[in-house]
Amino acid sequence: MSAGLLYALAGAALFAFGVAGLILRSHPLRKILAFNVMGSGAFLVLVGLGQRDGTADPVPQAMVLTGIVVSIAATALALALARRQREHGNDKEERDA
Amino acid sequence: MNLAFDLLLIAALLWSAGRALTTPDLFRAVVLFIVFGLLMALAWARLDAPDIALAEAAIGAGLTGALLLDALGHLRGPVRRKSGLIAPSTVMSSEGAGPPAFPTYFLNGLAIVLAVALGLALAGALLLLPEPAISLPREVAAAMDASGVAHPVTAVLLNFRGYDTLLEVAVLWLALLGVLAVAGGRAPGRAPVTPRSARASLKVPRLLARVLAPLALLVAGYLLWAGAHQPGGAFQAGAVLAAAAVLLNLAGLLPGGATPRWVLRAGLGFGLLVFLAVAAAVMGQGVLLQYPPAWAGALIMLIETGLTLSIGLTLAGLFLALSGASRQ
Repeated sequence: MSAGLLYALAGAALFAFGVAGLILRSHPLRKILAFNVMGSGAFLVLVGLGQRDGTADPVPQAMVLTGIVVSIAATALALALARRQREHGNDKEERDA
Repeated sequence: MNLAFDLLLIAALLWSAGRALTTPDLFRAVVLFIVFGLLMALAWARLDAPDIALAEAAIGAGLTGALLLDALGHLRGPVRRKSGLIAPSTVMSSEGAGPPAFPTYFLNGLAIVLAVALGLALAGALLLLPEPAISLPREVAAAMDASGVAHPVTAVLLNFRGYDTLLEVAVLWLALLGVLAVAGGRAPGRAPVTPRSARASLKVPRLLARVLAPLALLVAGYLLWAGAHQPGGAFQAGAVLAAAAVLLNLAGLLPGGATPRWVLRAGLGFGLLVFLAVAAAVMGQGVLLQYPPAWAGALIMLIETGLTLSIGLTLAGLFLALSGASRQ
């Protein structure tokens, strides 16, 4: 088994970890972590699978490079939304109290 | 020997990811996630992908870590509203109290079983895939002469698949607009008070920031230039620029805020506009983003310079908007 395929399988496991975390954990920050773990798993599958014959493949590498930048953008947006949701929830409770 | 190292690294990856999702303490979870990002950078180096390793270390571990640590102060504490399918259970002691009911155990167990099944199905699909009919590395190597650069990943990013990169920069810009819209524009009185402890953990000495920020500029310039013929390029250079801005902000030398002025706004859009202008200029050839071979090198360097500036500003903006919104 080549190193590429080994890391692709690890990526599949990480993806499943992330899905489980996304469903099981209730805290928004934890869900964002789980979503990032899923992303890392998908990236490992992309690159690992592309070079399972042992030669480096620049095409998936370039895709994953852009993917990492998109995932931090998505993370920042999710954090902003989570903070807004928390503030909104607090406001509502204050009104209710 | 290599196999032993790979297996050890994969075990460490799975452990850090698993612990980041299961450990009860959120601060520990974020630190474990940063460790996970650094281990990912090692994995990329093992997979002959130094470009991704650079980006992962700077963005995946560094900037994401700074964002998460900053968010920790705002998002820590029990979840106030319990809604949805799964209530907090005992393993989430720091995130929500209350004994779990019987259906919770059942649903949690079901979710774990389904996730394991998903992982096994994915692994099975990976193992059963047939060999690809065409070899992409060979195609790329055959077309390298016409690409204008000597580094294959840069050639793919900005020439062969320039369209993807163009859209990706637009997505990055849109995400920043979203963050600015959500984080900014709130009345100062309603801004939450940041716990002192959360900010104290992120303090950086001023002297360190003053020494490192010019060095970061130099490194970013080098990475941008090196991208044409070796690992490096606009994304890594932009990430280093953003790291310098975050460092200056943490040292108290650069104010945060969610309402950038027009010079900054112009800088945020500059890379995308340059990219679009080049795309429109070469459209006369009939194909989107197909550069004339004689001009390819210069055009790619032009686009990359614009992208470095805008990616750096955007990534820094993501952090500054979120951290600045709380200190108004």
